[in-house]
Parts: sequence; C-alpha cells; structure tokens
Amino acid sequence: MIYLDHAATSPMPAAVREAYLEALQLVGNPSSIHGAGQHARAVLDDARARIAATLGVDAIELTFTGGGTEAVNLAIKGMFWALNAGASGRRILVPRTEHHAALDTVEWLATHEGAELAWLEVDELGRLRLDGLATALGDGTDVALLTMLHANNEVGTLQPVAEAAALAAAVGVPVHVDAIAAFGQVPLAPLPPGVSALSISAHKIGGPVGVGALVLRRGAEVVPLQHGGGQQRGRSGTMDAAGATAFAVAAELAHAKLAERAAHKRALRARLAAGIRSTVPQAVLRGAAGSAATEPDPVRAAELDTLALPGTLHFTVPGAEGDSLLMLLDSRGIAVSTGSACQAGVPEPSHVLLAMGLTEADARGALRVTLGPATTVDEVDALLGALPEAVERAQAAGLAAQQPRLGR
Amino acid sequence: MSGGVDSAVAAARAVDAGHDVVGVHLALSRMPGTLRTGSRGCCTIEDSLDARRAAELLGIPFYVWDFSERFRADVVDDFIAEYAAGRTPNPCMRCNERIKFAAVLEKALALGFDAVATGHYAHIVTDAAGNRELHRASDEAKDQSYVLGVLTTEQLAHAMFPLGTTPSKAVVRAEAAARGLTVAQKPDSHDICFIPDGDTRGWLADRIEPAEGAIVDRSGAVVGAHDGATSFTVGQRRGLNLGVPAPDGRPRFVLEVRPRTNEVVVGPREALAIRELAGRRFTWAGLDPVASGITRADPAVGAAAGPDAPDALLPFDCHVQVRAHADPVPAVARVAGGELVVEISEPLLGVAPGQTAVIYVGTRVLGQCTIDRTVSAVPVESAAL
Repeated sequence: MIYLDHAATSPMPAAVREAYLEALQLVGNPSSIHGAGQHARAVLDDARARIAATLGVDAIELTFTGGGTEAVNLAIKGMFWALNAGASGRRILVPRTEHHAALDTVEWLATHEGAELAWLEVDELGRLRLDGLATALGDGTDVALLTMLHANNEVGTLQPVAEAAALAAAVGVPVHVDAIAAFGQVPLAPLPPGVSALSISAHKIGGPVGVGALVLRRGAEVVPLQHGGGQQRGRSGTMDAAGATAFAVAAELAHAKLAERAAHKRALRARLAAGIRSTVPQAVLRGAAGSAATEPDPVRAAELDTLALPGTLHFTVPGAEGDSLLMLLDSRGIAVSTGSACQAGVPEPSHVLLAMGLTEADARGALRVTLGPATTVDEVDALLGALPEAVERAQAAGLAAQQPRLGR
Repeated sequence: MSGGVDSAVAAARAVDAGHDVVGVHLALSRMPGTLRTGSRGCCTIEDSLDARRAAELLGIPFYVWDFSERFRADVVDDFIAEYAAGRTPNPCMRCNERIKFAAVLEKALALGFDAVATGHYAHIVTDAAGNRELHRASDEAKDQSYVLGVLTTEQLAHAMFPLGTTPSKAVVRAEAAARGLTVAQKPDSHDICFIPDGDTRGWLADRIEPAEGAIVDRSGAVVGAHDGATSFTVGQRRGLNLGVPAPDGRPRFVLEVRPRTNEVVVGPREALAIRELAGRRFTWAGLDPVASGITRADPAVGAAAGPDAPDALLPFDCHVQVRAHADPVPAVARVAGGELVVEISEPLLGVAPGQTAVIYVGTRVLGQCTIDRTVSAVPVESAAL
C-alpha cells in the first residue's frame, strides 16, 4: 500500500512504538501516592515537559487530553464558560474554514449556551483575512474569544496566527489556536503572546490515537468539560503515562528533524505538483501550496510556499467526484483523502473550499494528498502514474451520476 | 448494501461466486435523521454502520455514495408530483428505475465495474442465445420482480440478483447467521423509506397545498366536501364524511381523484372494478414479445419498429400484476395506438392511474406500463349511483 494520507493519521515510527510498549509495562496510577504511582507520575511529567519544550511553554501549561477533539472542546467551551462567569461578552470569532471540532463546538455553544458567532472570511488561498478580523474584534468588549487554525487541515494553508493574536491581544481578546495539523510540521515556538490556548494531537505525528494535549497559558482559565478526580489543570480522568510518553517521543522526533523533514516533503510535493500539472492539466491545485506550484514569478512562488504546510497538496478535478477518485486510487493500492469531513459517511462539499470561493460543483472534485516523513519518490510517481486513468474514469462517472441515460 | 440482511447475503454470494465485489451504501438523504430511524427500515446512520460491518466481515471495500440530490429529484419530488396529479406512484420502482439501475449503475460502469448486484428477490435467466430474462424469485412470498419490472434490457444486462433462487427468506437469515453477519435477525423494511413514520397521507399533506373541493358521484352530483383531493386514493373508503347517503345505503369508495377540477369521485365497491387498463409509457424487460415468440406485430398496422416500441402487437395471453403484493390476474395484452392495453379476464379492484402494471408470462416479467387510464367493469348507467 502507498499511504499518502498522513494528515488523517500518520504511522507510528519504531522508536515511538518501542517507547510506548515499554511505558505500557508501568505499574501504578500517576495519581497514586505510593512509589509505583510516583514513578508513573514522574514518567508522565517527564513526557509533559518534553512536549512542552517543543512548544517553548512550561510543563504546567500542558494538559493531556483524550485526543485533539477533546482539547479543542475544552479550550473553546472551557474558555467561553470561564470568561462568561464574569461580565465579558458572548461573541466567538471563528473563521469559516475551521475544522469540525471547532465548528461544531461553537455552533453547539450558539445553540445551547447563547454564544453569538462572528464568522471570519478567508482569501482564495484559505488564509484568514486580517482586515475582517480587526473589524469583528472592534474594541473587544463584546468578544469572548477567537478560535482559529494554525494550518488548515484540508488545503494546508498556514494562518496569520501571530498577526491575528496581536490584534486580539490589543483589545484583550483571548485566542485559541487549533494547531493539530501544524504541530510537528512547522515550528510553533515561541507561541505569540496573545495565544491563550493551543490544541495538539499525538497521532498526526506518529503518536498513539486517543492522546492529545491542550496548552493553557498560565493566565488562562477553562471550566472543565468532565468532572472527577481533578488530576490535571482543567481536566479530570486518570492520566495516561504510556500515551504521554509515546506522544513525547513522537514530538521530539518530529522537532529534531523538523527542517529536514519539511524540506523532504516540500521537494516531493513540488514533484507531485509538477507531475499533476503535466499529466492531469485540467486539475486545479488549491491553497498556498497549489498557488506556489502555479506561480510564474519564482520570488512570489517561494513566498507562497512558506504559507503552506510542507506535506499537503490539494487539488480539484472538474466534473469528477473526489470520492470516485479516492475509490479508484484505493483500488490501485494508493490511500489518499478528499479532505473533507463526512457526516455518517455522507460526502459533503467542503466548507473550506466553499469559503475559498469555489462552487459546490468544483468543491466535489477535491482530493488531498498528504506526504509523510517516509514518503518516497517512487510512491509519488506511482500516484502520478495512476492519476490520469482515475481522473478519466471519475469524470465519466461524475457525468453518468449527474445525468444518467438509463431509465429515462 | 442497505444495512439489511438481504443485501449483505447478496454481497456474500457475489464474493463466493468469484466476483471482485465492492460494497456501496447509498446515502439518499443529506440528513440521515430525517429518514426512518431505528431498525424498521433503511437509510439511518445505524444502517450505514451495519452495512459497513457486513462489508468488513466479507473482506470487501466499502464506500458510501451520495445520491441524495438525484433521489430527491427523481423519487421524492416525483412522488409528490404524481400524488398532486391524482396518481398513485410506487417510489421503490422509481428508485430502481432511476437510481439503483440508472445513476448508480452508470456511475459504476464508468468507474470500471460490470454490474450492480442487489438483495432483491428476483431471478435472471439467460437463454442459450445469451438473452436475459427477468423471472419471479423462487420464494413467491418474497418475490420482488414486480418492483424490478421497469428494468429495460440494457439495465438487466448489468444487474445481478444473487438471492433470486433462494427457497425462502429464512434460508437467507440462516445463511447470514452462519456467515457471522450481525444483521441476520434485522427486521424487514416496510413502507416508504423517506416517510419515517409510515404516515403517507400526513407526509403528503405537509407538502401539497390542500384545497377544499367537492366529492361527487359518477353522475356528477355533489355528495360531500373534502379538504384536499390529493389526500385521497382510489379504493379508499374511510374518512369520506359524505353528507348525502347513497341511495341504497351501502358504503361508497373513492373511484377517481381529479386534481384538475379538485374533485373526488365516489361510488359503490363494484364500480371500483376495472376490466381494462392502458398506458403509453411501457417498456419490455429483455427481448420484446415478438422476439420472444409470444406474439406477432399486427399486420394491419405494419411491422414492429425495433425492440423498443413496436407500433402494434396482436393480443397475447399473460398475467398482470398492479401492486407489489397483489395477486397476478389472467389478462390479454396488446399494443395498439401507442398504448399497452391490458384486458383483464375478471374484474380487478384497486387500480389507480400512476400505478405500474407488470406483465408476466409464466414466471417471466415481460414488461410494464405506467397506468394512464382504466375502463370500469361497471358502466355508469348500470351501476347503482
């Protein structure tokens, strides 16, 4: 199998697996007072410190969660509730292109907790428009918080986090950054001063599924989502020393080779983008990476490339459904993604692409390829080899499904 | 794969037969919760998960294909429009005709597949010359050949019904259990999948603007009033609330719905009986009756004009079935004046325009027509009004 869906989950490297298995042998609950418990706690806190170091934050500022979605929920709901205990406003500022973990959370708060949502627009690259943010922030009096991605998980466009956080900080609005797609791909440290909370996840960088963390700066407060033993700041529940250890090893691996891996993936992505442009010219490359690949001015192209995650290439094929492309490539042993979320497996046109200005029809033809640290030239070439036939068939299938001839 | 036991076993048998099988679950609503919930039918999130699990157990790839827009346009909106026009459609037939063996099949063919296999109880027989015929399933109680009667030769050429020769549903359930398929004991689906509570009248009332009008007898005399003609169906007896009693005091039934004049026509039960039905929209499943040696072109009109729509065919003996679970009745069919005309040997009750009449010769489905008009077995003047 050729695995080119690292943004969905990334395979666990041997070093992570070994550390994970070793830590699974630990006896003792990190919250227990006896020696075994204290040892487990030390292992866990060690992992906490190692992950915190990759972000340039203090260990006390990192709360482990049961994954990225929980971290995002805890940040957004927890901060909203904590802030509204006082007299602050009820508006949540949110770009249209957020991941569903944030979108569904703010919509839930709007429906059930009286939050008002201020939707922020993005440009054609999928990058937050700062002028719109500034307008929405106003003097900050009625704004509870701003939540935003560090990198868009579908098209891979990096967001102007530092600039946005500075604008928010200037009017006293706390910021949550969903850095799940960006952590371990691009440097995040030091966090901009205006960022109060930041979510990360282990399995996107080769750690275990079900392990995530919320960075909560010292001054920030959250109301917990779940109640119990009060084991961590903002979160109850027995702490997972083995999961934390594996996460720490994955995080250190990713950061030790951050520049090297990024260069590797950028080179492969350039090859992939060039290959798609020549073999499937009707495909439209999207996002900052896509624009970089099609930009004739090399200076501007290099600039655009710095606005993109290193390993993501997103494109749309007119008249084809991304689902059909995915299935056809799958049948050839190549795993890719359409990039968009599925509600009960029902493919919906991506809200990210719609926000970037695509039509619903164009958005349906989306395919996301995400490269990993171990992806090879041969794997990229295999995808390029399989793509033209898949595109041809998917376009025919798209036409047939839209305008069937039989039964008329 | 709907998530039910039939399609799961059909997929299993296709795998056993050596085919390269991919499981496809059709998403027919953007909001699955608006379709029926629980274990009664299909199209819920749970059903999609059941289908996925069955595919996992069979070791085949599984995908969800979104046909919600096509389904809304071709089946749901069509269902509403047909009722609004005073006809009684069968949405399951429409789905087979327009979705499963059209949009889905064509998409599959384009993607490189050869056929669509479903869990329908029907049987395809291939003759020595390679011609395909659609036949009733071995289990007549479960037979679903009626709802497949709309399939044309081309559609049949790419259809597979692996359950068609199964002696009974119990066998399918036992086979599912033996294969470890968790859906083995899942209840059968009934009714219309997009009407969650089974209340078709209530569902239609929310979608068709009702207008008050008159209930008349066959002479045109007003005998009552209604809140909306489209909420009545031919054969209906209850809920008429007639102000004027029948001369003979016997119960009266809906004989006809006239959406154009917003009238509901009522009369005695025997007036429901028809002796002839006809429709212009007809198709042959497989070889047409001439090529099948069942009849000849009418020499008075001219030679048959190809396999699709012979101008005129001489009368031939057949059976006609007008609903999914109705008994077939002996009939004589012919094609004349661009219509498939079916004379029924004995008066037949409960036939409404919009229904599909499927023509059988023995166990074979020969073809079908959508009923445009019927001829009552009881002339107006002789019937008690």
